[in-house]
Amino acid sequence: VMLPLKEKDKPLVQKLLSSGCCPRCVLRFQNNSSFINKSQSDADAEQEADEAPPPKRFKPEETELMREEESPVCPVCLGVLQEHCDQTLASKVAEAIKTENYEFDSLVLSVSLPAQLCVREHSCWLHVKTEVRAKSLVLGKDDVIQVKEAFKWNMQSLVSKTLGGAAVVSKSAFEVGVEFVHPDTDKDCHFLATTCSDCFKPTKNKESVFTRMAVVKALEKISDTNFLKHYPCPPPRHSSSCVSRDVQCLHTSVFIAGRYNKFCRSLPQTPWLINGERRMESSVEELIAGPILETFRATGFNFSSSGREDVDVRTLGNGRPFAMELINPHKPKFNRDQIKKIQQEINDSSDKIRVRDLQIVSREAMGRMKEGEEEKTKSYRALVWTEKPIEKEDISFLNDIKELTLDQKTPLRVLHRRALAVRPRVIHSMSSEYRDTHHFYLELKTQAGTYIKEFVHGDFGRTKPNMCQLLQTETDILELDVESVDVDWPPPIPE
Amino acid sequence: MDDDVTHVETETRAPSVIDRYYTRWYRTDLKGKPSEDHCILQHSNRICVVTLAETHPILQNGRTIKSINYQISDCCSRLKNKVSGKSKRGGQFLTDFAPLCRITCEAYQVATGNLTILAIIPFTEGYIAVILPKLEESKSITENLLTRDEFEKVVAKRNIFPSQPS
Ligand SMILES: [Zn+2]
Repeated sequence: VMLPLKEKDKPLVQKLLSSGCCPRCVLRFQNNSSFINKSQSDADAEQEADEAPPPKRFKPEETELMREEESPVCPVCLGVLQEHCDQTLASKVAEAIKTENYEFDSLVLSVSLPAQLCVREHSCWLHVKTEVRAKSLVLGKDDVIQVKEAFKWNMQSLVSKTLGGAAVVSKSAFEVGVEFVHPDTDKDCHFLATTCSDCFKPTKNKESVFTRMAVVKALEKISDTNFLKHYPCPPPRHSSSCVSRDVQCLHTSVFIAGRYNKFCRSLPQTPWLINGERRMESSVEELIAGPILETFRATGFNFSSSGREDVDVRTLGNGRPFAMELINPHKPKFNRDQIKKIQQEINDSSDKIRVRDLQIVSREAMGRMKEGEEEKTKSYRALVWTEKPIEKEDISFLNDIKELTLDQKTPLRVLHRRALAVRPRVIHSMSSEYRDTHHFYLELKTQAGTYIKEFVHGDFGRTKPNMCQLLQTETDILELDVESVDVDWPPPIPE
Repeated sequence: MDDDVTHVETETRAPSVIDRYYTRWYRTDLKGKPSEDHCILQHSNRICVVTLAETHPILQNGRTIKSINYQISDCCSRLKNKVSGKSKRGGQFLTDFAPLCRITCEAYQVATGNLTILAIIPFTEGYIAVILPKLEESKSITENLLTRDEFEKVVAKRNIFPSQPS
């Protein structure tokens, strides 16, 4: 099939070809409806087109546009559409996915192009805009089919075919990124910093201020005359083409939630580091994350929970809600039974903790764990020591105390990392269980965020009232258990 | 598991809060005044709690504290000082010999102070001040202080050769 070259297109095509444009760039600037079928661009058509084999007329060798050029490298796309839209790159992409052994339903192909392609595109646009407008099909620079778009249209089907028919679509949780660089022409952008210094403010994370976004913004602001003063038109040719970097695969995070019990008084919730050195060999977080990371083949995780207990505190009852973000899972999909198996594996691996209600959740649902945390109640059981000998009657009055408001000055043990404040916290109810002349068990139902240890020992009087004041003797807390964390998320899963 | 079994000693006391979480440091004869000893409790999180040692004259012979004045000068009050945020912005910087407060008790007045220290947070009962040393100072801060053992030796010597009040 030959590409029909309409009479009215001739001046434009001639001008582009004589500037060294590659066939695909010529087609982009023509922007005729045969290049991409935008007329039926509803969602379905987009999807279909994504997966359709490449239209034959895209193949340069079959068009009459193929010409011998002075420099073989297209000065507008720097070879991206000319050399790189081919089976070699498709194979490189497929290889990267296979090497990392990703499991996926569909993938989205993303491409990162050197920022100077925007400058070159602009220069080319200024070169031919009179001719383009004469055709009256394209009105502005934005109507020219972008390099990115042309690249994807060509590569999607190739990649799909190479992967044995995988769905390469425009939106997917699995992103495969191709990055092109062309260091020799990076300086193309530099003049923009003098014409529009506002656009190029240094930022911490970027290695160069000449990001694609900044360059696009600067090009929007610059006048044509000013641009032409600083940059050649058409864009200058270059002997080498872009180089493609390593293919980057990234699956969006998967979120998993559940509840955990902690049965051990020498287990921190998260790795405990003091001056970079580990204090305890394990942690709740690591015991839970181990089997999950391994099964999902994730590269990292973020753990969060509804409050946290101290290293020497147990969490009993139904446990404490937690959620984990699994970063870049290579195997992201599991059904309920498979999740149950992971849960079993966690529970078999250690008797220091136990997990229940393990389930995949959405990122949004995770927020529910944190919302209204302050209003939630928690129940505790503490073993209290008294300096003065006690009898049953001495502590029975505690059972009648309801809705006791404490003023808790930030405890000394967390003052190094929390702001100094007096926080009012409510103890909804208490009950005491006599043990011997110096010990009793204290059960408490409190507002979340109440510091129980400080309520019992007083923290040098920083929590008031405290148990020392209530019993008029020195009191200390020897053991503490969380009996329940009353947060109704995540939903329970029947065993 | 072992650590889940509840061991309760009814007769002897388990380690106290201070024993469990704090290291005791001492400085004796502050500003050369005999027996004006201070105890600094350093938490494992580097927070320091300044208290009077049990040997301090204020705590001897049933003296009662009448008042504690945190107004160091016309413009500097240790008590009214406000700090904000995790970084305790507005905290007062202390140097060695900066007085923390003046304690008045029956027939005895002392000026307390002295440590290379950072932010001071107002007094609550049971201690004179809470000090948050800079991270880089948290080790060196205790260099010139006595350990509990050293302190006990000093006190024992003192009892054999009582110094004359100056
Ligand atoms: Zn090109």
